[in-house]
Amino acid sequence: MFGFLKKKDEPAPAETAARPSWGERLKAGLARTRATLNTPLTELFSRGRIDDELLDDLETTLLMADCGVEATQWLLDELKAAVKREKLETPAQLREKLVGLLETLLTPLEQPLAVDGHQPFIVMIAGVNGAGKTTSIGKLAKYFQAQGKSVLLAAGDTFRAAAREQLMAWGERNDVTVIAQESGDPAAVVFDAISAARARHIDIVLADTAGRLPTQLHLMEEIAKVRRVIQKADPSGPHEVLLVLDANIGQNAVQQVKSFDKAIGVTGLVVTKLDGTAKGGVLAAIARQCPKPVRFIGVGEGIDDLQPFQAREFVEALFE
Amino acid sequence: MLDNLTQRLGRVVKNLRGQARITEDNVADMLREVRMALLEADVALPVVKDFIAKVKEKAVGQEVIGSLSPGQALVGVVHRELTELMGGTKTELNLASQPPAIILMSGLQGAGKTTTTAKLGKWLKERQKKKVLTVSCDVYRPAAIEQLKAVSAQAGIDFFPSSGDQKPADIAAAALDYAKKHYYDVLFVDTAGRLAIDAAMMAEIRDLHALLNPIECLFVVDAMLGQDAVNTAKAFNEALPLTGIILTKLDGDSRGGAALSVRHVTGKPLKFAGVGEKLTGIEEFHPERMASRILGMGDILGLVEEAQRGVDQEKAQDFVKKMKSGKGFDLNDFKDQIGQMKKMGGMGALLDKLPAQFGAMAQQAGSGVEDKSIRRIEGIINSMTPLERTKPELIKASRKRRIATGAGVPVQEVNRLLNQFEQTQKMMKQFSKGGMAKMMRGMKGLMGGGGGFPGLPR
Ligand SMILES: Nc1nc2c(ncn2[C@@H]2O[C@H](COP(=O)(O)OP(=O)(O)OP(=O)(O)O)[C@@H](O)[C@H]2O)c(=O)[nH]1
Ligand SMILES: Nc1nc2c(ncn2[C@@H]2O[C@H](COP(=O)(O)OP(=O)(O)OP(=O)(O)O)[C@@H](O)[C@H]2O)c(=O)[nH]1
Ligand SMILES: [Mg+2]
Ligand SMILES: [Mg+2]
Repeated sequence: MFGFLKKKDEPAPAETAARPSWGERLKAGLARTRATLNTPLTELFSRGRIDDELLDDLETTLLMADCGVEATQWLLDELKAAVKREKLETPAQLREKLVGLLETLLTPLEQPLAVDGHQPFIVMIAGVNGAGKTTSIGKLAKYFQAQGKSVLLAAGDTFRAAAREQLMAWGERNDVTVIAQESGDPAAVVFDAISAARARHIDIVLADTAGRLPTQLHLMEEIAKVRRVIQKADPSGPHEVLLVLDANIGQNAVQQVKSFDKAIGVTGLVVTKLDGTAKGGVLAAIARQCPKPVRFIGVGEGIDDLQPFQAREFVEALFE
Repeated sequence: MLDNLTQRLGRVVKNLRGQARITEDNVADMLREVRMALLEADVALPVVKDFIAKVKEKAVGQEVIGSLSPGQALVGVVHRELTELMGGTKTELNLASQPPAIILMSGLQGAGKTTTTAKLGKWLKERQKKKVLTVSCDVYRPAAIEQLKAVSAQAGIDFFPSSGDQKPADIAAAALDYAKKHYYDVLFVDTAGRLAIDAAMMAEIRDLHALLNPIECLFVVDAMLGQDAVNTAKAFNEALPLTGIILTKLDGDSRGGAALSVRHVTGKPLKFAGVGEKLTGIEEFHPERMASRILGMGDILGLVEEAQRGVDQEKAQDFVKKMKSGKGFDLNDFKDQIGQMKKMGGMGALLDKLPAQFGAMAQQAGSGVEDKSIRRIEGIINSMTPLERTKPELIKASRKRRIATGAGVPVQEVNRLLNQFEQTQKMMKQFSKGGMAKMMRGMKGLMGGGGGFPGLPR
């Protein structure tokens, strides 16, 4: 469904030259998968009339997109009310209504990240294990550099095996400094990085952190401490607290937003892995239950596979 | 916090109490609730539909026994069916091949393949004294090979080096050759994460499979996965002859419906569950616990939250102080605690949050029944002298007999109560040391071991 996000025939990123380009690989796979695995909404809306079966199938599609029971129910209730109120008759009208509803729901989340006003602008990146934090930092470094900003990375994941080496590799690809320590204290690393950035007049600090599940209360406390230490280093910081969410994750994403928000005050989301078949409909649930600006989406493992979130595009993709 | 299924069904079937069997008429609304609960747990919709049809078939006509309501009887059927669906097959790894037994790891990006490789390697080394070698064919992700090297060292198993400029097939062939020459029992082949729709990458792992002919081809899957789990599992299962599934990150608070989706779509056994980032964080898969979890029955956090809502704030604060100090928690407090629980709506509401207690709950959740056992405990504590309540260690044989007579219960019940109290006290100590998380684990341990929730009658 998110093929359009991927298929823009972008040149293959330099560092993936060894493997076939993402564009090529995906194009081959996507078409087939769409046909066999997903019931496209377009089919639904090309039917003759609005009936219970259509509404049922619509419910199915929304649920299958990970919208969740609550958001799906809400969307359906709104639609049914609109059918009555506005005397909608054709599925095409219903489609228009649904697009409108989803856009109303998601547009407030479209708030691009502005990185001006502070130097260094300190961005803290958090999320559950394997969500795509470190990779997203690699992509963000390139994104901000392309805007003429200088960037420095902080290797705040002092726990996972080779997490530091992974971030260093991204630093090399981007030709930016990575501040890392042998020590096991993430807060100390991040503090160091902020001092270094200040000394070198760097524009943006991207601080990686170890993956953690909200149930690991001591780790949630640890990351809250990282935040406090950032604040100590710069009382106005952190200037952005990004929570990275894997689009393949189901309703637990809502819980993740709530828990991380409680611990560190999330100010923005990055939704990764939208290049797969997962629809990312959980954003609808998030918009209903714990709205946060979606700053970026991740659409691949390459350095260029990052895009600012655009609600309209996102919703249209659902109907492609 | 999500309502659990029993509560949901409780609402639906209020008017149905006293009905003797589950019928077409009374089951429809209940099944809708079951469907919602499963969807909220991220079980994929097509799987939910199949499952509901099956449950309906089994449930309709079923007698409702004793004090159960049709809703409770239905939950019983659902739970049994879920357990059945996820279980049945043996869970051990199959190593019965000419050595080395090759284990190929596959899965989406970030699922936990590399970590699980080291966990299983450690498991086989320590429990089965196997000589284990690992190799990484992930030539794509930065530092993926270093990661496997590091976790293999942590696990105390051998690692075969590879590098990002090699071809995965060449790496695998070289590792296999090395493993044969050096008499390894097991060779783990870690691979890069890949999307099921990535044709080239799926072809790559198929080629690896053809080259290695592994005895185990494991699909590693994140328990938090949403609806798309069916598509992913289906595609991996079609591309590779999977032999088993490993569910990771079960230490989180996801309900883990992906387990059911993946199991349903592939038909392959769930072999292990990842329950932590550390290399000891792996255990054999328990279908019964998983079923409880998917249904929201193992909702310990919910239990605690409910407790917070229900209790008298002042008393609760005293209680927390006592817990923090780690001492001074005596039978008076124990009795208070039970009194608080009673306030919160009786045992039923509590018990149905406890996974291992599921069966017992189904018997007890009816109104009134549960409070009998609370009253018995209170009766026992009331028969003690104030000194005995503050110093339970004083209670030896003769005192026990006196208390039992006073409360009109057999001595064994006094013993059981004292046992439960002791466990609770231990837990309180843990709480004072390690905070809530540790206490949760303590509770889980107790329950998993077939013991009761400390302080509650079984
Ligand atoms: N297909 C795809 N894969 C991604 C995307 N973003 C990240 N990944 C992959 O997901 C896996 C995990 O990414 P990491 O960046 O290591 O995730 P993390 O959150 O830093 O993980 P931990 O630090 O271990 O918690 C890697 O294999 C990445 O290449 C994306 O947008 N699309
Ligand atoms: N809490 C928890 N974390 C886990 C578990 N299993 C793996 N992880 C973490 O999940 C993240 C990803 O694990 P990896 O082993 O790197 O996953 P992978 O599938 O090899 O990832 P790629 O190679 O990038 O596709 C790491 O942060 C691990 O520590 C688990 O059972 N519980
Ligand atoms: Mg990372
Ligand atoms: Mg890996």
